[in-house]
Amino acid sequence: MTAITARLSTLRRPRAGGNQRAAYLYLVPAFVVMGFITIYPLLYQVYMSFTNTELKHLNVRLGLTPDFVGLQNYINILTSALAIPNFDFLRIIIYNLWWALSNVAIHLVIGVGVALLLNSRGLWLRKFYRALFIIPVVIPPIIVANVWAHMFDPDGGAINLLLAGVGSFMGVPATAFHIDWLRQVASPIKGFLPSWPGGPDLSLPLAYYAMLITNTWLGWPLNSVVATGALQSIPNDLYEAADMDGASGWQKFRNVTLAYLRPAMIPYAIYGFVITFNLFYLAFFMSQGGPNGKTQLLVTQAYYLVNSNQLYGVGAAFAVIMFFILLTITLITNRLTKATQTYSL
Amino acid sequence: MTTATSSLDQAAAARQKRFVLRSTRGRTGLLKQAALQAVCLFVLLTVIFPVIWVFSVSLNPLNLSRPQGLEIIPPNATLEAYQQVLDKPTPNPISFLDLTLNSLKLALGTSLVSVGIGVFAAYAFARLRFRGRAVLMLVILAVLMLPNVATLAPLFVLLNSVNLDLPFLGDFKLRRSLLGVGFAVISGLLPFAIWNLKGYLDTIPRDLEEAAWVDGAGINQTFIRIILPLSVPALAVTAFLGFIAGWTEFYFTSTFLGGQVVDHTLALALNSMVGQFSQTPWAQFSAFSILFAIPPAIVYFIAQRWITSGLAIGGVKG
Repeated sequence: MTAITARLSTLRRPRAGGNQRAAYLYLVPAFVVMGFITIYPLLYQVYMSFTNTELKHLNVRLGLTPDFVGLQNYINILTSALAIPNFDFLRIIIYNLWWALSNVAIHLVIGVGVALLLNSRGLWLRKFYRALFIIPVVIPPIIVANVWAHMFDPDGGAINLLLAGVGSFMGVPATAFHIDWLRQVASPIKGFLPSWPGGPDLSLPLAYYAMLITNTWLGWPLNSVVATGALQSIPNDLYEAADMDGASGWQKFRNVTLAYLRPAMIPYAIYGFVITFNLFYLAFFMSQGGPNGKTQLLVTQAYYLVNSNQLYGVGAAFAVIMFFILLTITLITNRLTKATQTYSL
Repeated sequence: MTTATSSLDQAAAARQKRFVLRSTRGRTGLLKQAALQAVCLFVLLTVIFPVIWVFSVSLNPLNLSRPQGLEIIPPNATLEAYQQVLDKPTPNPISFLDLTLNSLKLALGTSLVSVGIGVFAAYAFARLRFRGRAVLMLVILAVLMLPNVATLAPLFVLLNSVNLDLPFLGDFKLRRSLLGVGFAVISGLLPFAIWNLKGYLDTIPRDLEEAAWVDGAGINQTFIRIILPLSVPALAVTAFLGFIAGWTEFYFTSTFLGGQVVDHTLALALNSMVGQFSQTPWAQFSAFSILFAIPPAIVYFIAQRWITSGLAIGGVKG
């Protein structure tokens, strides 16, 4: 009997040694490729961040080698001392965090709201709405960004024409709606984010609101899909029990619906936060980080440093700093996810 | 006697429950239905407005640089913008077909290579125990955390240093080629594919494999006969997500290719049609956008159920 079990257990798990060797064989293709084009470039990036590599060093005929500059690139970035216009590191970070936070909050509220709406009992055309509300998800973001950039154009853009159409009912002349959404420098609302003497100019330009509208259009439907899944997992008994106990509609919503939505929505909101934090297309194609760099994100600045400024050493240092910022965000959000998991039902 | 009363009580409770049910769950009132429909229609309007707008703008004649109004069918509606796009979408000497072929090559190549190589590593991470497993997984996670755009500098400099003097093709500069861009895309896509597939393999119950082991199957046989067939949906979803990443790739193509027009992709052509100083009529831009977005949109619509569940497991790298 023991012999049989012993034999079974050896059968069940192929020998440890063979297992190890097989595992490495399975890993070899991926790690050889990644070694050349992922891991080596990332290590090279760290080395490059301590040099002043620029375009002239890439020309083989000139034969120039970049100098080792120590931490100078890092110091220049962190103290906003780079010789490029409108570069303010602290403003980029604060704006980038605010951009992600404000977007995700709106996505969450609208996403849950529409999921509740579509979940209402006896709603006609439910399937029709569900199918069409997914449209923003299926269009590539690079197209979404460019289409909305045209819609916010001051001449011929749909938003201004729409506003002029509504305005004509109230007797407002159409010329009042020649709004330059993406390039107007003056901020509509002053002092939205706190400022302090000597601190960065954190006023939010119109371009921020235009991109907020665009990203709201883009972002809420997936939230709604996730919320719908969570809503459908709520057992009906709970509502019936709440009815028996004489709970009001609001009490049912808070104690049953929200309690079930929370464990599903919080991890998704965190995921959305990271995606929005790194969302390149809107800031690049709509505002180009402007006006005056006020809507610059870390990802767009990283792109401009390499693509337009051709400061490869500085770009490398910027990417290393980005790595640590994202690491911090990941560690915090992991904590949040774990903390909220204990609440889950 | 006691049983009788308790059953009576139960009946009363059930009746009361049914009553409560009927009062709260009854047919939604017509007024409420109308209000709900109004809100739904409003949401629908905001969702489809940009889509309808871009369709109607694409119908404008090409001698009109931008639309004059908001008509769904604009005055003098024509399909000449589509004709122009299919013929020669940008001032660059490259046709829509060649742009599409380049985008296809990049998207298919990078996604198939990443999934094809990645599934082996994913299997090792999901099922096999070996020394260094935790460290290697941390390496992949660290790479995944960094967006592609943050690897632009080293990939540009390193690929730029590869210059070959090929016997027949002549001078070949890896950075200025679709192949170089492909390497740069795989650099981020491969770790994503490994992680996404590992997440899926983790959810496959182990019973089948254990049965196979009892029957004397080895690691390779289990992988080929059991794991691969079971993970076809995950492979398809991961390949599709990779395909979309390649189809819309912008950071590397725009930074690497420069004037190498024969290697330009659809995303790059789109970039040269927009911008503050572009002379491209909006009708042409709109027609191009529609043709660019339709293929992935159709696949997404069909495969939506699997894709959203695939997203829930993995996550996308931007």
